[in-house]
Amino acid sequence: MLAEKARRALEKKAAYGPDLQIPLVEPHGEDFAVESLDNLDKRLKEASLLSGFKTDESDRSGSFFQKDDTVLYQKVQEAYRGQVEIMSIEAALAQYPWLKEYYWRNVPVDMDKYTALVELSGNGGYFIRILPGARVEQPIQSCLLLDESGGSQRVHNIIVAEEGSHAQIITGCTITPEVKEGYHLGVSEFYVKKGAHLTFTMIHNWAENFHVRPRTGIVVEEDGTFINNYILLKPVRSIQSYPRAELRGDRARARFNTIVYGQRDSEIDLGSWIELNGRETRGESLSRALGTDRARVMMRGRLTARSNDARGHLECRGMLFSRESQMNAVPELWVDGAPQADLTHEAAVGPVSEEAVEYLMSRGLSRDDAVSAIIQGFLQTGIQGLPEVLENMLTGALAAMSREAH
Amino acid sequence: MICRDANLLIGDVVMLKIHNLTVSTGGKEILKDISLEIPRGETHILLGPNGSGKTTLLKAIMGMGSFQTSGSIMLDGEEISGLGIDERARRGVGLALQRSPAIPELTLGGLLKIMGQEYGSGAMAEKIDSLNCRYLLNRGVNVNFSGGEMKRSEMLQLLVQEPKLVLVDEPESGVDLENIVVIGEALRRLLKPSREKEKERAGLVITHTGHILDYLNADKGHVLLHGKIVCSGNPRDLFEEIGRHGFEGCANCPELQLKGGQSC
Ligand SMILES: Nc1ncnc2c1ncn2[C@@H]1O[C@H](COP(=O)(O)OP(=O)(O)OP(=O)(O)O)[C@@H](O)[C@H]1O
Ligand SMILES: [Mg+2]
Repeated sequence: MLAEKARRALEKKAAYGPDLQIPLVEPHGEDFAVESLDNLDKRLKEASLLSGFKTDESDRSGSFFQKDDTVLYQKVQEAYRGQVEIMSIEAALAQYPWLKEYYWRNVPVDMDKYTALVELSGNGGYFIRILPGARVEQPIQSCLLLDESGGSQRVHNIIVAEEGSHAQIITGCTITPEVKEGYHLGVSEFYVKKGAHLTFTMIHNWAENFHVRPRTGIVVEEDGTFINNYILLKPVRSIQSYPRAELRGDRARARFNTIVYGQRDSEIDLGSWIELNGRETRGESLSRALGTDRARVMMRGRLTARSNDARGHLECRGMLFSRESQMNAVPELWVDGAPQADLTHEAAVGPVSEEAVEYLMSRGLSRDDAVSAIIQGFLQTGIQGLPEVLENMLTGALAAMSREAH
Repeated sequence: MICRDANLLIGDVVMLKIHNLTVSTGGKEILKDISLEIPRGETHILLGPNGSGKTTLLKAIMGMGSFQTSGSIMLDGEEISGLGIDERARRGVGLALQRSPAIPELTLGGLLKIMGQEYGSGAMAEKIDSLNCRYLLNRGVNVNFSGGEMKRSEMLQLLVQEPKLVLVDEPESGVDLENIVVIGEALRRLLKPSREKEKERAGLVITHTGHILDYLNADKGHVLLHGKIVCSGNPRDLFEEIGRHGFEGCANCPELQLKGGQSC
């Protein structure tokens, strides 16, 4: 059934983003795993760290590591056994018959050719489940790493935050420095159950000839909260993603924070769509984007309200630093039969305020330092509430980047 | 000249010396041929009606604004008119603006941290508390600050900067009576006389009301009218004169001609 539907969608272009021709290849997962991440190649360790994945697993409650087609490692720390489950999607489907009810239920398999490719030639992905009532203080980490130039990852992930659970996941998608080109197709389906709280932070680290097509669907039940942080600081050839969160239950909440640094020839088309269906649902989407070189950045945002007491806010802000770069902000508000619903948006694309720069210079900052401080702050306001463990790492990266950008 | 030579050892006796400064924008002259001297250890007051060019003068000294300027600005014996804003700041010019821009990207605490290595030290904490700014540290600089909060934050930044030439634009405007005390105390501290001559600072303060004079030892006042200094003299006398005859009256006072525009 799924395969049949997928096959019919193999030629179906995506709604947005440049069209890609990706061959339908058989997955060739090698069958090996490592006992410990210590034994990983230094190159792999360094590449994964760039995306927030710590191979020494300090301050992490559990880990999942996939290289190319192969799941190398999965582990839940002793203290969190019985609270978190981490395994490959294949293992999970074999172990839990009920998982079929979560598989392709939140992202249609025939959405476009990329979802179809994942179904027909998928290679791995993770299943992460936070058990009912579990309070997982330390982040769960996952890393999807590509080490084969010209290769592709076509993963399918399912994340289930059971009732009343509380957790954060840091996931990095990354490549080794030798990888110059390739594809990443990733389907992610999130189920945030009643009263659960899930923060999902994704750091992308690609190369100049890399194409990326994530497909993400999120369902949030009653009193559940889903927070999504997305960070792209490295060049990419093209990325297009438009995750959709359905706030199905009453009082469900979702927030998307996005920071993007468009550079070189990156073609970036990112958005978020929050459907406010339940009563008293709240949705918020904040994005910050920089564009330099010849980058083209599209920031989309959509809020759809179907409940009278829904409230939502969209905010996209961008700055350009080169004449060849482009930025496009497209906020959309849809209200469907809910006259009391309250949706707002704010979009702005503009330069660093000269008045603010002069003000800081009058305090002794050089022009460079003043502009950098403003850019860094500009980006940082886009990801408030980031897991603490990532904050320091990111502050450093943002500081370096804000210098480089202007 | 003898006096000057004697003072070379301890820096120039004149902290700020402006000569024939003309400032224009879009072909319009805002300041015309301004000349002004403020000796080390003195504080001068700048008076003048709205739109007369007071703020522009302070900004021009700081190097701010996209103005065209000509003439000379000497700080402590060094020509600074060709320098960038930050270079002037590092040489000791500090300016508290009348209206400061909001910077949502940077918190007040973040700015203080960049400005002073001593951030987190007792000395910094004391400065923050003396201006009752602790609760503002996590807010964007000047973002939705009330009038009084903005003035207190400006004064705090000057305290951290410790400039040798203190420029303050209407420190008391929009400030309640209790906060005038707080701001006045900070100004007093910034301009505190020192026993060591080379550590003495100088100040130029714009005021409409004169309330701030209670906290300053103002040595001299200057009246700016239509972009020109039309009168200089004892600050309290100037206030009285302006109160009686208005700014125009002050400019036309007969003594002005007698004293060559030096004093009323
Ligand atoms: N950047 C600018 N472009 C055009 N005109 C300007 C600019 N800056 C100042 N002006 C004009 O120059 C004149 C002097 O302005 P300034 O702010 O210096 O006055 P002020 O004496 O400080 O007045 P107030 O007492 O109202 O603060 C005003 O007419 C003002 O509109
Ligand atoms: Mg003014």
